[in-house]
Amino acid sequence: MLELQGVSRSVGGRVHVHPTSLTLQRGSMNVLLGPTLSGKTSLMRLMAGLDQPTTGRILWDGRDVTGQRVQDRGIAMVYQQFINYPGLSVYENIASPLRILRRPRDEIDRKVRETAEMLHLTPMLARKPLELSGGQQQRCALARALVKGAGLVLLDEPLANLDYKLREELRVEIPRIFEASGAIFVYATTEPEEALLLGGHTATLWQGRMTQFGPTPQVYRQPVDATTARVFSDPPMNFVAARKQGDAVTFGDSVLAAGSFADLPDGAYLAGFRANHLSLARHGPAAVAFACTLVGTEITGSETFVHVEHGADRWVGLVEGVHLLTPGQPLSVWLDPAHVYLFDASGRLAAPAAYAKAA
Amino acid sequence: MEKTQNNKAWFLVLPVLVVVAFSAVIPLMTVVNYSVNDTFGNNAFFWAGLEWFDEMVHSRRLHGALGRQALFSAIILAIEVPLGIFVALNMPKKGFWSSLVLVLMALPLLIPFNVVGTIWQIFGRTDIGLLGRGLKALGLDYNYTNDPLDAWITVIVMDVWHWTSLVALLCYAGLQSIPQAYYQAAKIDQASRWAVFRHIELPKMKGVLLIAVLLRFMDSFMIYTEPFVVTGGGPGNSTTFLSIDLVKMAVGQFDLGPAAAFSIMYFLVILLVSWVFYTVMTNIDRSQADIPEGM
Amino acid sequence: MARITLQNLAHSYLPHPRSDADFALKRMDHVWQDGGAYALLGASGCGKTTLLNIISGLLTPSQGRVLFGDRDVTAAPTAERNIAQVFQFPVVYDTMTVRDNLAFPLRNRGKDAAYVKARVDRIARMIGMEAWLNRKAQGLTADAKQKISLGRGMVREDVNAILFDEPLTVIDPQMKWELRTQLKELHRQFGHTMIYVTHDQTEALTFAQQVVVMHEGRVVQMGTPEELFEKPAHSFVGYFIGSPGMNFLDAEELRGDQALLPGGEVVALGAHYPPVAGRVQIGIRPEHARLVASGGLPLTIRRIEDLGRHRLVRGEVAGRPLNVVMPEGMAVGGLPQVAFAPGKINVYADDWRVAPLEQGGG
Repeated sequence: MLELQGVSRSVGGRVHVHPTSLTLQRGSMNVLLGPTLSGKTSLMRLMAGLDQPTTGRILWDGRDVTGQRVQDRGIAMVYQQFINYPGLSVYENIASPLRILRRPRDEIDRKVRETAEMLHLTPMLARKPLELSGGQQQRCALARALVKGAGLVLLDEPLANLDYKLREELRVEIPRIFEASGAIFVYATTEPEEALLLGGHTATLWQGRMTQFGPTPQVYRQPVDATTARVFSDPPMNFVAARKQGDAVTFGDSVLAAGSFADLPDGAYLAGFRANHLSLARHGPAAVAFACTLVGTEITGSETFVHVEHGADRWVGLVEGVHLLTPGQPLSVWLDPAHVYLFDASGRLAAPAAYAKAA
Repeated sequence: MEKTQNNKAWFLVLPVLVVVAFSAVIPLMTVVNYSVNDTFGNNAFFWAGLEWFDEMVHSRRLHGALGRQALFSAIILAIEVPLGIFVALNMPKKGFWSSLVLVLMALPLLIPFNVVGTIWQIFGRTDIGLLGRGLKALGLDYNYTNDPLDAWITVIVMDVWHWTSLVALLCYAGLQSIPQAYYQAAKIDQASRWAVFRHIELPKMKGVLLIAVLLRFMDSFMIYTEPFVVTGGGPGNSTTFLSIDLVKMAVGQFDLGPAAAFSIMYFLVILLVSWVFYTVMTNIDRSQADIPEGM
Repeated sequence: MARITLQNLAHSYLPHPRSDADFALKRMDHVWQDGGAYALLGASGCGKTTLLNIISGLLTPSQGRVLFGDRDVTAAPTAERNIAQVFQFPVVYDTMTVRDNLAFPLRNRGKDAAYVKARVDRIARMIGMEAWLNRKAQGLTADAKQKISLGRGMVREDVNAILFDEPLTVIDPQMKWELRTQLKELHRQFGHTMIYVTHDQTEALTFAQQVVVMHEGRVVQMGTPEELFEKPAHSFVGYFIGSPGMNFLDAEELRGDQALLPGGEVVALGAHYPPVAGRVQIGIRPEHARLVASGGLPLTIRRIEDLGRHRLVRGEVAGRPLNVVMPEGMAVGGLPQVAFAPGKINVYADDWRVAPLEQGGG
């Protein structure tokens, strides 16, 4: 179990990581999700002991390891770049952490072959890393990280430099590898979809601050604030100013019965909803229409991204089917209020979307 | 890379401090000691205050050496830096030829200084040297042992031969770090050869160029062995540069007090000029960024 | 602006190619219409960069011709082709201001100052960099630098084509949306011919009107995003487009509008097919498969992933992996079988798609 207690880090007066408390359970998959420079790498370096926290403590199974050297912590790390020893064969690369630990020869051989098998590297054991494809090189780096049975495996955007399809394949394998290893995995990514695919728990980060930590689907469906919702939406979440007065909620030009929002105090709110909940046709009895102007469409094959302008707001909708529409044309889009989150003036979640409470 | 704030780290520097103290600070202090005392040997010192400094500041001989030194450094920088860049730009970028050229370029740098001096001393001789005889055969009146101008030309050509490779190799390293896409983009933008140099190559070389200029300035300002071997500082005093003069004063005349004062001033001048170079060259960049653009 | 014609084009990096395998780019004939938005899609090493370099003039093809309009440019150097290119990593002139960066291609061509200013202002507005015009390019973020690269590509009105070489690689997902939308908008406003090289299917499909899918040096299909998704011409296209890709099941034989699987199961194809030889497979998109209580094929569920807007069910049918995409909110539990939307099944013989017969087809 890894525990961060009020850990923060500032360098030269600039805060890289605001005080963060976080407990990662043994054998859990944890995703750090946030854009570039949100503090993912800084937080990982603190977990690894590569950097010392400015404040706070780091506990490993209840033992304070804050000042301990990286070498003594039993940690493995995989980076965005494929880092292997170019002069050694894949076999020797995987064996290298065990050789440093001076393990007996037959144990090394057994573990290397086991790990290679798990990562589908057995046919390539005799080759040099640079003779492999990018995906295989990263598998080799993963194998090196896993072979010594480290209790904490840190993966810093490990798939970012891979082709789309290779990324997809490894994404499927990483949860499987993780389950077999029994270690704590910490996985940094900028992509919401990757977080969802990996499952486990997700911590969302924004400007050096952890905004939420919880089971991944829960963070996705019940974000605690607008920032978390924004970080955890791709395409970006759509926002529109809303007002609640008595038993009516006004979004732009539409007024609807407050319904599930009836208990909220009157005032101004920010309404947020995800792209896939917008529709080009009335899709439910409660759906409300918004008059928009079409900015453009993007077709993915089976679906269409619809970019529209609603007053000063720019929205993205993701709708089923292929729709060829002319940019500039007026367009009505529909939204079921059950899919709307309301955030208060400070950005905190005031009322979750009704559908998310059910899910 | 991020830095770790840990005050205990200072202890790790301690061994280095000790080494530096014995290798640099203590010898330097000896020099300081000599510079403010008069001595007649037997370790008997008499306080002289700043007298030696005063004498040196007003010394005609020193002024002459300093002037020659400054001129020499200016000339070799003016030749070696542009020439080094030019050579680097025209070196093959990869393959067999690039390796060959790299080895050839590195050769002059591997030759000991006094050997370089000896090579050129013989090379330039009018009786047995290839250069000297060749020039004579062409009907040129060349003789570095009695014509000051010929002596200067020889010393400068020798330094250019010896050190241009260093500038070129440093620039070459800078050029190699430029991604191919930049050149391709420039072609597409129809940038002129000059614009490619000015906006792509020069900015990328700036860091190494700064190091090259500093190294060449410091080295040339302290030059001793090669001109001493070739000309011995002559004819007359015409190629007596600061360090040659210093050695004459300290070892030849055994004027330890003035020589020590001279050394300290020499050191301070090099430090000052290097600092000015560094500050100016690093600031060019920043000040350019602030100039509002005039179109 | 111009139509781009690739005639009988092929390229090998070897001086004397002997077999087909020696060619990095295998023989192709293509016409790219003036003003079109095209994407070259494929995995690394598929030959897409080779093709791009041939069009930009960095490489001379070993055979065939490249025509811009009616002009043969096969041997013309890059500078003469009048093209623009945006690279994977931002290429900006660090010592210049943003304005000078954008103006650079125009000034090099001797355009007058008033025109340059008007044009640069317009482009800066489009890429949202107006406020930064007088700043040095040095020290800007990767996003901003890539926007400048895009802007420099757009600034000339008369370019024959604009080539993009994986331009969004270094950009954060959130920013990708903005840049991609800007790119589409620029295409709509200026109507340049655009060629976009990428390994990312989402980028290719959303950007292009026509996507060229390349595999092992060969163009395996060129079509609209919809065609690539619904009717992949080759099993590679089925696998490569879509996330996850198409499911393939081996079939023993075809019987009119039915396929017989090795285990004896029968799948209705929704169209009549001629008898085919070779290795026969049926392909079905995960989006077109549904979990059902009965009337389908028995499915062993291995894993269910909640991807937010839908759930991905990973399972096996007769020992072959099969994925099903279930929309958000749709129940998954208690459904032991999988059924396919009949009109959405494709049939492949030796990896190439077999067209159904016209008569009686659905």
